[in-house]
Amino acid sequence: MQRPELVCPAGTPAAMRTAVEAGADAVYCGFQNATNARNFPGLNFTPDELERSIAHAHEHGTKVLLAINTFPPAGKVDLWREAIDLGARLGVDAYIVADIGVADYIARNHPDIRLHLSVQAAASSPEAINWYCREFGVKRVVLPRILTVSEIKQIASEIPCEIETFIFGNHGLMVEGRCSLTNYITGQSTNYDGVCSPAADVEYRRDEEGNLSTRLGDFTIDCFSCNETAGYPTICKGRYLTPARDKGYYAFEEPISLNLSSLLPDLMAAGVNALKIEGRQRSRAYVRNVVSSFRKAVDAIMAGQEPPLADLIALTEGQKQTEGAFKSKTWR
Amino acid sequence: MKPNLTIGPILFHWPAEKKLEFYARIAEEAPVDTVYLGEVVCSKRSPFFEQYYEDVAERLTKAGKTVVFSSLAEIMLKRERNMMAGFCEIDSHEIEINDASALWHLDGHKFRVGPLMNAYNEETLRYLAGQGATHFAMPTELPGSSVAIMARAAQDVGASCEVQVFGRAQLALSARCYHARAHGRIKDNCQFVCELDPDGMPLRTLDGNDFLAINGIQTLSHKYINLMAELPQLREIGITHFRLVPQDVDMVAVAEIWRAALDGVIDPEEGQQRLDALNLPAAFANGFWHGQAGVRKVAVERALAGL
Repeated sequence: MQRPELVCPAGTPAAMRTAVEAGADAVYCGFQNATNARNFPGLNFTPDELERSIAHAHEHGTKVLLAINTFPPAGKVDLWREAIDLGARLGVDAYIVADIGVADYIARNHPDIRLHLSVQAAASSPEAINWYCREFGVKRVVLPRILTVSEIKQIASEIPCEIETFIFGNHGLMVEGRCSLTNYITGQSTNYDGVCSPAADVEYRRDEEGNLSTRLGDFTIDCFSCNETAGYPTICKGRYLTPARDKGYYAFEEPISLNLSSLLPDLMAAGVNALKIEGRQRSRAYVRNVVSSFRKAVDAIMAGQEPPLADLIALTEGQKQTEGAFKSKTWR
Repeated sequence: MKPNLTIGPILFHWPAEKKLEFYARIAEEAPVDTVYLGEVVCSKRSPFFEQYYEDVAERLTKAGKTVVFSSLAEIMLKRERNMMAGFCEIDSHEIEINDASALWHLDGHKFRVGPLMNAYNEETLRYLAGQGATHFAMPTELPGSSVAIMARAAQDVGASCEVQVFGRAQLALSARCYHARAHGRIKDNCQFVCELDPDGMPLRTLDGNDFLAINGIQTLSHKYINLMAELPQLREIGITHFRLVPQDVDMVAVAEIWRAALDGVIDPEEGQQRLDALNLPAAFANGFWHGQAGVRKVAVERALAGL
């Protein structure tokens, strides 16, 4: 079994430093604009911050992967090109991209820098992945969170590049790069603004009986009675009404986190080259806990020992976790 | 160029008889130029209509329509991979692809780029044109200001450009079937429960507002996109193809209104009045086109001033 790379989120310079020191093999990050899919207020890096952060990461032998993984809308391509050129000047180790035009620009202008295909590209078959590898020299694909471990193993045997899979964090329900729900309600696009359920459009409204409605734009996403913990209003984690149900239900998924810690040995045996932790929007304490836990787990598995992972459930959304699509097709 | 009115692929799981009736009426009565055929959403549904495509395509062709086959939009299982490989060998008609796996198979053959392919910008458009793309259906959420640039870029490479002007917006795809989930099932034992909802399964908010429509693994808007008021602008920026996405309504009547408006027989105001008179089951929206929330209905005088 080859040693997988542990790929960790870095939403801020402080989080990157924390992840690096907690044992990340690689960190991923983005600039403070629409060129990455976590374009949230208070997150991401200025050019100066990224330059200093890369120096620190490289001192510790940690790679820095730059996410340029949104789809530039026609007329705004220059912003993405500038981000790419800047990343090259600052010495990033790889780009994570989703858009065909963006991939082509990197392949032509920065052929020496590794290209990773983002989960946002939604390449879920060997044929799609092989096309990106052939056209742009993609070195690694980040697989959508919709495949079982045995399907991942099958894909690994049919593609020429490395595989990265998510192992922990937010559990997106929609095929990434194929979801316009946020834009439908807020006018901010996940695909080209890098935004999902933007905080500026979120509202918490309490009624006279103490029930709390969570809203996005003009729409109620969920409603919580006094003894429930209110979740952040994400459209695919909300409760809705439909004629087939007698009351509100989670039409897509409950608020729940992905936790594949128990599948780690299977994933590693399936030929996964890199294990990705989601959460660029998370705190430093969260990053430190999750990264160091998985660092120990991966090292233990490589040493042939039982991985210690019991504490991770405390860090999952609403303390609820799932293995999502990875374990079995019944999730679908 | 004479504007080309198109009927997109049927997104819903209609019984074969219903589809046959639909296409018979489209062939005989609907003043459309192009009809897209094929199952885009769920590979499990495909076998139900496969045996009829040849006859339907022939009937439509005889009626003077151009037939284009549309591909699945999510390719993951072995079955789907095989379907896509077979799809890319179609040489009797043009094909429209909705997943990048097709690009591996096509390798030089001409194709159309479907609205689910994420061609968001002129660089991607040019790259795909270099791979053999001759026609681009714009992603639903792309604003008009970007579509205008795409239309120019398409012209530069000798390709044409299509915009959805009517029907629910295709907002999201998943590996999970939400129709099955609503009925306490999973995708593998769904028993094709999506057939119960020929115009999508309504999702309302807990306070009772219309919100979304579920179509198996797909999530659609509740509202129908309607760009009637924007028609002059669409023509001006070089859009040549105007897509009606089939809903479970009188699509012949819908097509007649759009044909009349495209041919200048009626102006957009009258087109809008006639669409309103159809009393369709959902309100209209045009926000995406104007760079706003897709659910919005933007007043057009204001909208045009902003572009």
